[in-house]
Amino acid sequence: MQSLAHRAFECYLYTYRRTWRGSVFSTFALPLVYLGALGLGVGTLIDDPATNQALGGSYLTFLAPGLLAASVVTVVMGESTWPVISQVKWEKTFYAMLATPLRAGDIVLGNLAWIAIRAGMTSAAFLVAMLAFGVVHTPLALLTVLVGILTGLALATPVYAFAITRESESSFSLLYRLGSVPLFLFSGTFFPVAELPSVIQPVAYASPLWHGVNLCRELVAGDLTPWLAPLNVGYLLAWAVVGFVLARRGFQKRLVV
Amino acid sequence: MFERNVVAYRRGWWVFGTGLLEPIFYLFSLGIGLGALVGTVAVGGREIPYPVFVAPAMLAVSAMTGALTETTFNMFHRLKYAKLYDAILATPMRPIDIALGEISWALARGGAYSAAFLGLMAALGYIESWYGLLAFPAAILIGYAFGAVGMALSTFMRSWQHFDYVGFVIVVLFLLSATFFPLDIYPDWLQPVVTWTPLTQSVALIRELTTGELSAATVVHVVYLLVLSVAGSVGATVRIDRLLRP
Repeated sequence: MQSLAHRAFECYLYTYRRTWRGSVFSTFALPLVYLGALGLGVGTLIDDPATNQALGGSYLTFLAPGLLAASVVTVVMGESTWPVISQVKWEKTFYAMLATPLRAGDIVLGNLAWIAIRAGMTSAAFLVAMLAFGVVHTPLALLTVLVGILTGLALATPVYAFAITRESESSFSLLYRLGSVPLFLFSGTFFPVAELPSVIQPVAYASPLWHGVNLCRELVAGDLTPWLAPLNVGYLLAWAVVGFVLARRGFQKRLVV
Repeated sequence: MFERNVVAYRRGWWVFGTGLLEPIFYLFSLGIGLGALVGTVAVGGREIPYPVFVAPAMLAVSAMTGALTETTFNMFHRLKYAKLYDAILATPMRPIDIALGEISWALARGGAYSAAFLGLMAALGYIESWYGLLAFPAAILIGYAFGAVGMALSTFMRSWQHFDYVGFVIVVLFLLSATFFPLDIYPDWLQPVVTWTPLTQSVALIRELTTGELSAATVVHVVYLLVLSVAGSVGATVRIDRLLRP
């Protein structure tokens, strides 16, 4: 039987046509503010020949691609926590969808496809900001949009799988504070992982976000490490696939059986 | 009103407890981690280490965001979905009681975080003056000012989409209010504008207290925040009265 996931996807697209204003504004304005404040502002304090040598360029060039991946993760974590439980408990969208020929797998796939679009939008906004700040010098940088989507899915799918099993939304604050925030701050976005205490470094390297950050940074620099880039992609894919399987199973258990 | 929140949060104490972790993570990442790249910052003709520069800003920011989340997101939920205030007004309580109760709850919560964060700053040696003790009441004042204004604003909001704007404003203030770099990095024409934004005033106040660089400007910051507080509470009371009065 043909998958109907695109039908579920349409539903999100349709809702977004009514509610896009707030998020489009923040999606495109935030990268400019972030890069201006931290890249240029703090960059002024950081940039000197020795540090730039270590960072492989100005602080802005170092920060921008990392921030792309990190912001995508923040956005998708928002999309795969509260909205998910809302569709189970408050708006009951999932029940409405299940009353149609849509199956659990279709709905999860459609919802995640929508989250991937949000990840793509965020990445694209950052790419535009990087162009505006003159950080981009190679066409390879365009691929950061794809990496952004992949990184987004690597985090969104396991979080989705977690969210679908929750009875109440209160654990999301915990997930946000103990998951999202440290991930954002310590995954090599703002300063190289090598600067962390050596005990924590392996944890940072295990974080999917670091792999996304590293890929984006190498793409923008136009200089991919031959053995590392496939490893980054494979690691992110593995998270996304395992997460998707878990999310689908969780959905099935919660809403169907 | 205050008691209601105490009871409600008793079941979610860990949500309360982990709230403290956020500014600490930020301090370790953007203060200490980034500090290794930055070195020192010149403030008032003196070079101070970057974490000493950023830590007071984090305190002001967490006082702001704590108060704003409590009085915008949470209050909107209670106003619109939980219908908590409708229920309360059916008792002898009046709108002013709700406004004061909600704000004092936000303050108690913020105060607990501020005290813990100041303790951490002291332990790490980031407080260079005994005036640093005054940073605690200062953080409460900041929380009150933002909480009151946030509450007044949230009565105007109609949908969750409006909160995208609130989130955006918070981030803009967070990044641009001389939190991570001194004001003099801005171009000359922009400096006066940034100086008079509320978070810049708050950050400057706390920073002057913890580094002990007091001046006439310190008084100006305090007056500024007091004015904001009064305006916010009056606005919130009037609006809640209008929204809920049958």
